[in-house]
Amino acid sequence: MDLDFDVVDLEKTDHPKEGDEAPDFTRPLVNEEFWEDVSLSELARERPVLLVFYPMDGDFPATYIWNEIRDRAWEESHEIEIIGCSISTPYEHKSLIEERHMNYRLFSDPQNEVAEKYDIVNDLDGMAGVSEARPAVFLLDSERTIEYVWVAEQWPDFPDYDAVRDAIAAVCSER
Amino acid sequence: MSQSPPADPPITFYRLQACPFCERVTRKLDEYDLDYRSRFVEPMHSERNVVKRISGKRTVPAIVDEETGVTMSESANIVAYLENTYGNGSEA
Repeated sequence: MDLDFDVVDLEKTDHPKEGDEAPDFTRPLVNEEFWEDVSLSELARERPVLLVFYPMDGDFPATYIWNEIRDRAWEESHEIEIIGCSISTPYEHKSLIEERHMNYRLFSDPQNEVAEKYDIVNDLDGMAGVSEARPAVFLLDSERTIEYVWVAEQWPDFPDYDAVRDAIAAVCSER
Repeated sequence: MSQSPPADPPITFYRLQACPFCERVTRKLDEYDLDYRSRFVEPMHSERNVVKRISGKRTVPAIVDEETGVTMSESANIVAYLENTYGNGSEA
């Protein structure tokens, strides 16, 4: 962004890096019709996973991020499962999937424990008691090894979509 | 791969959060210590197409039991089915 002031820098964290194994977790995974508990390892076993942490459903970064990912539709050209995760409830996820016309399933993590596990917590100023995940993208192979990672360093901050695309092209087979 | 994936539970249980009829079925499943997978659906009846596809109706609770090939709606029916199939003196 071109602004004549500094945006907020987020503190450095000790999030998992390329080559690390992504921490496993189980949370309700929401599709357009229902939700059920699913683990990240179950998903990764099938094909590489792009795990996208994003701010709560309804704010503008969530809208921007999912519009962009939907329009790029990497899953149409490559063997990749694109999955979101935010603190929003399954009901809100269902609305977001509907409103964005997107084909991606979303993990619901209202207690923000998954973000804690990944050390990407963003405590929200002015919303007492609310913390969420900072935007982050992890590309995992079938063993949950991290092949590419991007974590927000500013607030707000958005993934480098071209870099994500290149990483997917390098890791995933073509459809 | 270091370990084999856990087997899918044989029973899939379509339910609505806080629905007393569904909780009645939950209690029975737990009583018989049955392994099941919960799928939570929409409060809006008209949007429960997934349930309609499996059972022919949009009502919950509904269960699919891969063990016996049974798909069933209505809590009283489901409870009776579970008692007959998995309860004391059952045929299973």
